[in-house]
Amino acid sequence: MKFFIESRKVLFLGLAVYVVLKALFTLGAVSQYIEQITLFAFIMIVASLGLNVIYGYTGQFSLGHAAFYGMGAYLSAYLTKVFEIEGVLGFLPAMVLSGMMTGLAGYVIGIPILKLRDDFLAIATLGLGTMFKVVLDNSDRFAEILGGSRGFVGIPRITNLEVTISVTVFIILVTRNIIFSRYGLFWRCIKEDELASVSIGVDTTRMKLMAFSYGCFLAGIGGALYAHLYTFLHPSSFDILKSIDFLIIVIIGGMGSITGTICAGLIWVGVIEGLRILLPVEMLDLRWVFIPLMLILLMMWKPYGLITKRSRQLGS
Amino acid sequence: MEVLGYILEQCINGLQLGAVYALIALGYTMVYGVLRLINFAHGDIFMLGAFTGYYLITKFTIPIYFVFIITMALTGCAGYIIEKVAYKPLRGAPKISLLITAVGVSLFLEYFLSLKMIFTPNYIGFPRPFEVVSYNFSILSVTNVQILIFTITGVSLGLLYVLVYRTKQGRAMRAVSYDQEAASLMGIDIDRTISMTFIVGAALAGLGGILYGIAYPQINVFMGVMPGIKSFVAAVLGGIGIIHGAVLGGLIIGMSEVFVSAFLSSTFRDGVIFIVLFLVLLLKPSGIFGKRTEKV
Repeated sequence: MKFFIESRKVLFLGLAVYVVLKALFTLGAVSQYIEQITLFAFIMIVASLGLNVIYGYTGQFSLGHAAFYGMGAYLSAYLTKVFEIEGVLGFLPAMVLSGMMTGLAGYVIGIPILKLRDDFLAIATLGLGTMFKVVLDNSDRFAEILGGSRGFVGIPRITNLEVTISVTVFIILVTRNIIFSRYGLFWRCIKEDELASVSIGVDTTRMKLMAFSYGCFLAGIGGALYAHLYTFLHPSSFDILKSIDFLIIVIIGGMGSITGTICAGLIWVGVIEGLRILLPVEMLDLRWVFIPLMLILLMMWKPYGLITKRSRQLGS
Repeated sequence: MEVLGYILEQCINGLQLGAVYALIALGYTMVYGVLRLINFAHGDIFMLGAFTGYYLITKFTIPIYFVFIITMALTGCAGYIIEKVAYKPLRGAPKISLLITAVGVSLFLEYFLSLKMIFTPNYIGFPRPFEVVSYNFSILSVTNVQILIFTITGVSLGLLYVLVYRTKQGRAMRAVSYDQEAASLMGIDIDRTISMTFIVGAALAGLGGILYGIAYPQINVFMGVMPGIKSFVAAVLGGIGIIHGAVLGGLIIGMSEVFVSAFLSSTFRDGVIFIVLFLVLLLKPSGIFGKRTEKV
């Protein structure tokens, strides 16, 4: 009960967002396409929060987040196919299960690779992402249904506004509570100075693993929602570029800021899809010319991210 | 005998690919040494080299060695401009912003050059500036393209070695990669040294681009992505910041890629490379030639 009372602000906000969006969708004020990308923006927020826990709060640089996102997507799609799930009630356990399995995978993979640091961790996770894509490309060799490089087709469309909003709000609340708990304190401690954390008795290996697997869990949940929103999965949707998408959202939003990640997720999806609407058809190719330029200029203008407190003046 | 011949042939192919990777990896390793930056745009400079070579060969009838020199000069300039425009304003910013900028530059180059009015996103056949001749020695055969690639890689590696270990500029580079602040206190012009590193690295990548185009005659605007990542892996494999490490890493990556394609399946090759990387990182995190750094 305490959980709900303390988080009433977020709950009310979530409810308000839900009412507004529901009204817009049912009145038919927006197109189907905008409906879909709105839900997609929430999914991106859930998965980016995971990366924010790993990188923004704990300081473990991961470039393989899309692999876990994809893992969640494929697991959930596979589960709903095997158990022939069509409705929301059956989907929720499948989603949680695939999230947990992704988290477990993150734990197992984290044991060896979290020993590495900084750029070496980055390149190892980058390798992980590439390897995962190779596995997906060959996935039809061990399970015909996964489709390999042809893509996974015929996933039931289950993700709707209610599911997305409630999952997102719930995830935000849980993440917030963990961050303000003892564990969150340890995580931030590791980020600031790993050596000092060891010396005051923080079990850094365990804490890093926890943060990593929790972040992967969130990626898995996001992936599961994604799979049942677009009803089609392809290995190329989970490559390095996707990992970089998450990273950009975390950086723009400011590392270690939940509000920032939420805003940045909305902005990022809004900009990418917005340019698709704004630019005339013959100039659509220019979209990916503008986006990197904006990114570079943004980094020059605000190297610490758009929405962030300049809490640390010294060092980087 | 037949099997042995096949294996030897694959060895030569692996060395050929590895030599190209080595050329790109050198730039990665040098830039990482001085800036601690994974320069994602490096793979695109490699692509730029291939395209420059393509236009020089098709549009102008100039001797092939001039093509090499002009391409190297142009890609060197590109590296210099990228460093000055995109990376220099971020000196002192968090490392991650620099990394995002590098990704931005890479995406910009790819998608800008893939516009219809510039290079188009299609595959383009790379012209062969000379006839391919195959020389047969009892069981193995080598083409003149392969000999060209080995020679050029070897020569540029030698020149780079002289530059880094025998000249004053090279000493400055090594000093900056060791400790930037201390180097600047000793009167080394940091900006100049970093620019120099970018120019040399980019020129080598451009050279790699033409060689790649001659060896695998199909080029595309997005061709730099995977070789770029693989070359960075090669640099990590050999011990980042170490020149002969990058070359060895490149050869290992090239060899394993060719062997996996030849004996397993070409769909596995990217995966196997990263398995090799994992093993090396887990057993010797600083790379094959890397010195042990402090461990926490």
